[in-house]
Amino acid sequence: MSVTISPKRLRREFVRKVKELSGQNLQLCYQCGMCSGNCPAASNMDLSPRQIIELTRLGLEEEIANSKTVWICASCFACTVNCPRGFDLSKMMEAIRLLTLRKNIDYIRPEDISPQERCELPQIAMVSGLRKFTG
Amino acid sequence: MKTKARNLEEPGIASLEVLGFKLEEIPRWNCCGAVYSLAEDDLIHQVAPIRNLIRVKEQGKDKLATLCAFCFNTLKRANLLVRENAEKRNTLNSFMDEEIDYGGEVKVVHFLEVLRDEIGWEVLAQKVKLPLRELKVAPYYGCTLLRPREIAIDSVENPTILREFLEALGASPIDFPESTRCCGSYQIISNPDDISEYARDILNSALSHGAEALVLTCPLCDYNLGQGQKKLIKKHNEFKEMPLFYFTQLLALALGLDSRICHFELNYGSPELLLREKNLLS
Repeated sequence: MSVTISPKRLRREFVRKVKELSGQNLQLCYQCGMCSGNCPAASNMDLSPRQIIELTRLGLEEEIANSKTVWICASCFACTVNCPRGFDLSKMMEAIRLLTLRKNIDYIRPEDISPQERCELPQIAMVSGLRKFTG
Repeated sequence: MKTKARNLEEPGIASLEVLGFKLEEIPRWNCCGAVYSLAEDDLIHQVAPIRNLIRVKEQGKDKLATLCAFCFNTLKRANLLVRENAEKRNTLNSFMDEEIDYGGEVKVVHFLEVLRDEIGWEVLAQKVKLPLRELKVAPYYGCTLLRPREIAIDSVENPTILREFLEALGASPIDFPESTRCCGSYQIISNPDDISEYARDILNSALSHGAEALVLTCPLCDYNLGQGQKKLIKKHNEFKEMPLFYFTQLLALALGLDSRICHFELNYGSPELLLREKNLLS
């Protein structure tokens, strides 16, 4: 993929907020790709977990906002336990999701879940899904 | 557990009684929130799990055992947060000023840890009345009992607790590389098609290693792998259905409890047929 980097496109405020919400030092990552290699959902993502880290710390908010990757993440912590630098990517993914959800922009509409699904889904699916995808 | 995973809870509680343990349900328990809040500034979602731990402390107890893998993860992580972060502990205690102060005194354990650490595999093996001979079952751990590292009940990379459990019951555990791979979790409500793909990879791997069934600990893994199979069967004629068991069902069966308590009728993939084939069910 090609990305245009220019001072005009960098969003320092976005980087600051991601750092604050995740509590993570984004500079720890040395782009080895262990997170992408261990992520069971990476093949369904448009940006790999490794790319998400790089674009985030560059402040390329637009690329992140146009990507579905953070919404495909299931918070399984495979990246977290396999990172040789101790970077907790699951927390960064959560921070990026929250920056959208806290603007009252939901990823799913609870009313789109059919009554039948609502009856069948285990409660932990409903509670965790609504926690991750709605503000 | 009480409505949609009775086949996990009821055989588990009954089995522990046979093994000499009586579980006491927490009075006025509340939903823990299912997932641990990962944001640094989000303390409000730590209130729910901590309230449950306060209920345990109020009872004068120092240990909380959980059967649900999601609850285990959320409760244990929230407990660690309170124990290790003084500033957040103080904020939470001030916020819940109607409650007694809580500092992480309760120990959170999973049901499997009770079996391994309090009872022991040898004692368990001695109590087995119906060894599950020739039952080739693959242990599937999923995520929440093993990750992140600080809450893991076993080795993160090479867990053996379910294998040891199954060996104690006389079954033949089948190791397979996808045993700790995520089933897709809450993505079931947003990306159900991806869930079928994950189920296909997990089940095909278990099958190719010689498993006849999968052994689970988590109600969401059960749902996703069951629903995933339903879709796969519609899509691919060659897909072979695989029965799913909760580990507590196999425990109750091996201990000789009345099989009705296992509620096999709630399982996916007709596990009763497999058990009858092996002469483990009349």
